[in-house]
Amino acid sequence: MPRLTQDETHPVRFTLNGRPVSARVSPRTLLTDVLRQEIGATGTHVGCEHGVCGACTVQIEGEPARACLMLAHQAEGCELRTVEGLATDDALSSLQEAFREHFALQCGFCTAGILMTLDALFLRQPDADEGAIREALSGHLCRCTGYAPIVQAALAARNRIKGGPIDA
Amino acid sequence: MKPAPFDYVAAREMGEALEALHQGGTEARVIAGGQSLMPMLNMRLARPATLVDITRIPELSRIEAKGDNVTIGAAVRQSTLERWPDLADRLPLVRAALPWVGHTQLRNRGTVCGSVAHADPSAELPLCLIALGGTVTLRRRRKTRAVAARDFFQGMMSTDLAPGEMITSVTFPAHQTGTGYAFREVARRHGDFAIVACAAIARPDGTATLSVGGVADTPRTLDLPADAQGLDDRLNEFAWHLQARDDLHATARYRRDLVRQLGRATLKEALSCRD
Ligand SMILES: Cc1cc2nc3c(=O)[nH]c(=O)nc-3n(C[C@H](O)[C@H](O)[C@H](O)COP(=O)(O)OP(=O)(O)OC[C@H]3O[C@@H](n4cnc5c(N)ncnc54)[C@H](O)[C@@H]3O)c2cc1C
Ligand code: FES
Ligand code: FES
Repeated sequence: MPRLTQDETHPVRFTLNGRPVSARVSPRTLLTDVLRQEIGATGTHVGCEHGVCGACTVQIEGEPARACLMLAHQAEGCELRTVEGLATDDALSSLQEAFREHFALQCGFCTAGILMTLDALFLRQPDADEGAIREALSGHLCRCTGYAPIVQAALAARNRIKGGPIDA
Repeated sequence: MKPAPFDYVAAREMGEALEALHQGGTEARVIAGGQSLMPMLNMRLARPATLVDITRIPELSRIEAKGDNVTIGAAVRQSTLERWPDLADRLPLVRAALPWVGHTQLRNRGTVCGSVAHADPSAELPLCLIALGGTVTLRRRRKTRAVAARDFFQGMMSTDLAPGEMITSVTFPAHQTGTGYAFREVARRHGDFAIVACAAIARPDGTATLSVGGVADTPRTLDLPADAQGLDDRLNEFAWHLQARDDLHATARYRRDLVRQLGRATLKEALSCRD
């Protein structure tokens, strides 16, 4: 039976933004810590470490989820996407562009998690309305912006992704 | 905040999980979606010696509609159930309640059975299971048993689950023609735990039940006869009977008032949508 013992490190492998990665960590290591400390993908932020703030949100098999509420070993064999996976070559994604244009961030601490939630939302629901956007955002705490510019950026990005008018 | 050390068993089949739970005894815990357990580990409110991950056991990831029942395996995520095409027809009450279970980011990992095992008095899924009169199927090494939801939940976060035992599935009675269902909740913010949550079922013969979560240590149910004379008095008596307490989020008085007002509105909605 595959028992990973507590005093040792054990190999874990998954796909991160399309590339295979691996690390050796103990069973109690959080996914956030393996990403940031072992793999060096520090775009995923850590706030509360109990699932409330949403800063650590990543995509697991295409669905947004809390990386702080997952053990690294639970991600074995999974496909993960983090904020590092949004931009292609030197171009920001439409969503990232919209965040920049609408000043949808101040300190930026919550931004990576919010982007991963919205990116997944638009993949599943390209015509998500403001209600759906706000509901998705309810899983994130932003202490800087009051959400108005974030919602505006999300609407603008949705219109751009759908090929509609640029302005929300 | 990091968990204390533990052994981790990624069970691939039921026998492995049951063996690991048997060996671990009271020091072993099942981990399913981790959406309640991981915060407890991170805050070191729980320090199990062994975690048994059951989410990779294929037979546990099934949703089965058989006869008048829907059985949901222990690895089925809340969001998977949310997207099940038959949900609206088969389990309209659960469909109404699911969007209130935390946020989508949590439902993407959290399981239906994990919420039942966790037995938070404000949680929506245990409330639905009790309201509908569902059952919990439990298994340990050489024994399988089914327990009625009303007997399974024993108190705040305490259940009939024995050491070495796991939930393999929960079974909800499916929608019956002529029955109406409604779910309403008041929380400080959408996605937060309920201050008061109400589930109402109105049957073809005119009888109804109202189940209320968030007030007592487990969800409680009020059965109403067909005439439903003196509804306000009954609701008032029920509200006092629940022995609400003050806490950070709401006073006992506010909770009682919600049981009366929200309870009445939820019952009305269920009565009006009988098909
Ligand atoms: C920020 C936040 C907000 C939340 N809001 C809500 C809310 O509004 N409503 C709500 O209902 N919930 C809420 N939750 C809880 C969450 O939705 C969980 O999904 C759910 O309670 C647990 O399911 P899980 O599969 O993640 O279980 P886990 O976290 O893996 O386990 C929870 C407990 O159940 C036990 N367990 C799990 N599966 C089994 C099994 N098959 N057999 C035996 N024991 C088992 C575990 O050992 C543990 O004790 C919230 C959580 C967070 C972090
Ligand atoms: S760090 Fe994961 S939700 Fe706050
Ligand atoms: S931009 Fe600072 S917390 Fe959101």
